[in-house]
Amino acid sequence: MKKVGKKTLWALVATLMAALMLAGCGGSGGEEDKQAGPGEEEKFKVAFVYITSAGDAGWTYAHDLGRLYLQDQLDWVDASEIVENVPENPADAEQVITQLAEQGNKVIFTTSFGYMDPTINVAQKYPDVTFVHCSGYKTADNVGAYFGRMYQARYLSGLVAGQATESNIIGYVGAHPIPEVIRGINAFTVGVRAANPDAVVKVVWTNSWFDPTVEKQSAEVLLDAGADVIAQHMDSPAPQQAAEERGKLGIGYNSDMRAQAPGAVMTSPMWEWGPYYVETVQAIKDGTFDPTPTAGSLTYWGGLKEGLVKISDYGPMVPEETKQLVEQEKARIISGEWDVFYGPLKDQNGEVKVAEGQKMTDDEMLAMDWFVEGVEGKITAPQF
Amino acid sequence: MNTDIAIAILATAITAGTPIMYAALGEILAERAGILNLGVEGMMLVGAVSGFILALHTSNPWAGLLLAMLAGGFMALIHAFLTITLKANQVVSGLALTLFGTGLAGYIGKSYVGIRLPESFRAVPVPVLSDIPIIGPVLFNHDPLVYISYFIVPALWFLVFRTRAGLNLRAVGENPAAADSVGINVFRTRYIYVIAGGMLAGIGGAYLSLHYVPVWVENMTAGRGWIAVALVIFATWNPANAIWGAYLFGGLDALGLRLQTLNVTVSPYFLKMLPYIFTVLVLILVTRRNMLSRRGSPKALGLPYDREER
Repeated sequence: MKKVGKKTLWALVATLMAALMLAGCGGSGGEEDKQAGPGEEEKFKVAFVYITSAGDAGWTYAHDLGRLYLQDQLDWVDASEIVENVPENPADAEQVITQLAEQGNKVIFTTSFGYMDPTINVAQKYPDVTFVHCSGYKTADNVGAYFGRMYQARYLSGLVAGQATESNIIGYVGAHPIPEVIRGINAFTVGVRAANPDAVVKVVWTNSWFDPTVEKQSAEVLLDAGADVIAQHMDSPAPQQAAEERGKLGIGYNSDMRAQAPGAVMTSPMWEWGPYYVETVQAIKDGTFDPTPTAGSLTYWGGLKEGLVKISDYGPMVPEETKQLVEQEKARIISGEWDVFYGPLKDQNGEVKVAEGQKMTDDEMLAMDWFVEGVEGKITAPQF
Repeated sequence: MNTDIAIAILATAITAGTPIMYAALGEILAERAGILNLGVEGMMLVGAVSGFILALHTSNPWAGLLLAMLAGGFMALIHAFLTITLKANQVVSGLALTLFGTGLAGYIGKSYVGIRLPESFRAVPVPVLSDIPIIGPVLFNHDPLVYISYFIVPALWFLVFRTRAGLNLRAVGENPAAADSVGINVFRTRYIYVIAGGMLAGIGGAYLSLHYVPVWVENMTAGRGWIAVALVIFATWNPANAIWGAYLFGGLDALGLRLQTLNVTVSPYFLKMLPYIFTVLVLILVTRRNMLSRRGSPKALGLPYDREER
C-alpha cells in the first residue's frame, strides 16, 4: 500500500511540474516594474486574451504587436496583462475573462472568435469593465465588436499575384470554409482578375487553422496542379516555403513573410491593430466609447483607410508597374470611390450576384458563403 | 498525367510518413522493453526546437539533428527514471511528459519563432537510382533523413528479431522476472531502449523543423506524436511494419488534399479518422487470430518491474 502511495506521489509531482511549466510560459506577462508602487498613481489596466502564444508569428503575434504599441503610446496605461493559449470553450474562457475583470482591468480585449459568448456572459457581471471582442457579431452596453477589412488588403495582393502569374493558375491554401476566409479568397480573386482576366484561383482547404506540415503539403498539391503563385489564409510560412523550393512565387499572410521565404514572397496582407487599440482605450478612458454596431454587426470594421489592414513592403521581384497599379487601386478604396465587392460580380456558375451599380452591404460581406467567378474549388462541406 | 499524380502522392506519403515513422520506431523499442511512453509528442517537440536552435546557431543541420536526439533522449530519461526506478504509473508519467515537453518547447523556442533556418536538410537525388522511372522519383529523390530511415528500419528489425540483444529486449518486455532470472539486467535494458526511443522521437521532431518546414513554430508537430503511438499498435510492435503504416498514414493526408484539386471531395474529418480506425481493425484482427502471444503487445507492457515481488 505504502508503495502505491509513493508511486502516485511521484506521478503527481511530474504532472505538477508539467503544469507549472505550462503556466510559466502560458501565463500572464505581468512585469514587476509596471506595477504601481506606493505613492505612484495607479495605471489604467488593459488586458488581452489570446488563442495561442504570442510567438505564433501569425494572428496572435499581430495582436501582441498592437498591445506593445498601445503600451508604448499611452504612458498612463498598463497593458502588461496577457493570457495566452486560452481554449475557446465556455468554461476556460469565462474563467480567464472573469479573473481578469476581478483583477481590476478596465478594458479586456478578447482576440478570438470563440470568446464571443464567454465575453458577453462575463460582461453582464462586470458593468464597470469594458470588453472588446475581435471578429464576432455580438455587442452589449459594455461590449464592443471589432474586426478589420482584410479583404481590401487581399484585393491589393491579388493584383500583385495576377500580374506575376505566367501559368494563369494561382493556388490558395485556405483554412476553414467560413465567411471570413471565403471573403478573403473572393477579394483576392477579384484582384487577380482585375490584373489578369484569364487567371484562375485554385483553392485547397486544410480544415485547420494551424498545421505547418499539412499547409506545406497543400501548397505542393497546388504547385503540382500548375500554380505558379501561392497565396494563403494560414498562419505559418510553410506554404511560402513550398513555393520557394520550387522556384515559384507567393503571397504571405499575417506577418511580413519575406523573412521566412525571401525568394518567393512578393508581399503579405497584414493586420495593424496598434492605432485602433490606442484610439479605443483612449475613448474608453474619456467615456466616449460607444459599442453600438456601425458596420453590419460590428462596432468597428476598419480597413485600408483606417490603417487597420495593409500590405507589407514588396519583395525585389515585384515590378514598378505592379506597384503603381496597387497604389492607384489603394487610393480608389481609401477615397471611398470604390470597394472590392461592387458590382458587377458573378458567382462560379456565371450567375450575377451583384448587379452593375450595386454593392454588397457590410452584412452581406460578413456572411459571404459563395465563390466569385474565377475561383476553382468547392465551399460545401464534403459528404464523404 | 495520372502516373504523375500517383508519383506525387507516393512521394508525399514518404515525406509525410517519415517523422511519424521515426517516432513510432522509438516507441516500438520502448514498448518492446515493456515501457509505455505516451510522451512522444512532447519528445518530438523538444527535439524539434532544440535541433532548430542549434542548427540556426551553427548553420549545420547535422549538429541540430544530434542535439535533437540528445534532447529527445533526455526527455525519455525523465520518463525512464519515473517509471523504471520509481515505478510510477506509465500512463500518467507519459502524459505528463507530453504536457511538459509541449510547454518546455514553447518556452525555449519563444524567441526563435518564425526565424528562417539558413541551412536545412534538402532533397538530394540519389545518382542513377533516381533516374529509374516511377521508383526513382518516389523513393530516391528525398532528403538524407529519409535515406537514413531506409537503413534504420531493417536494422531495427534485425536487432529486435535476429540478435541476442533483441531476444533479451523482447524477454524483458514479455516476462521481466524470467529475464531477470537468467541474468538479464531488466533495469538497464529498459533504460537503454526507452532512451533510444526518445532519441528516435527527437529525430522525428527534428525532421519537421530541420527539413520539412524549416522554421520553429509552437506545437508544430500538431498531434503527430499521437499518430505515432497508434502506429505502434498498427505495426504490431514490428519495426518492419512501421514503414508501411507510416507511409499509409502520411499518404492519407496527402491524398485528401490532392483529391480537392481533382474536384473529388472526401470529408477531411473522415480521412483524419482513418488511421485510428485502421489501428482498431488491426487490434481486432490480431486478437481474433489469437496471435497476441506471437505478434501482439509485449505481455509486461505498462507494468513496473519490482525484483522483490518476483
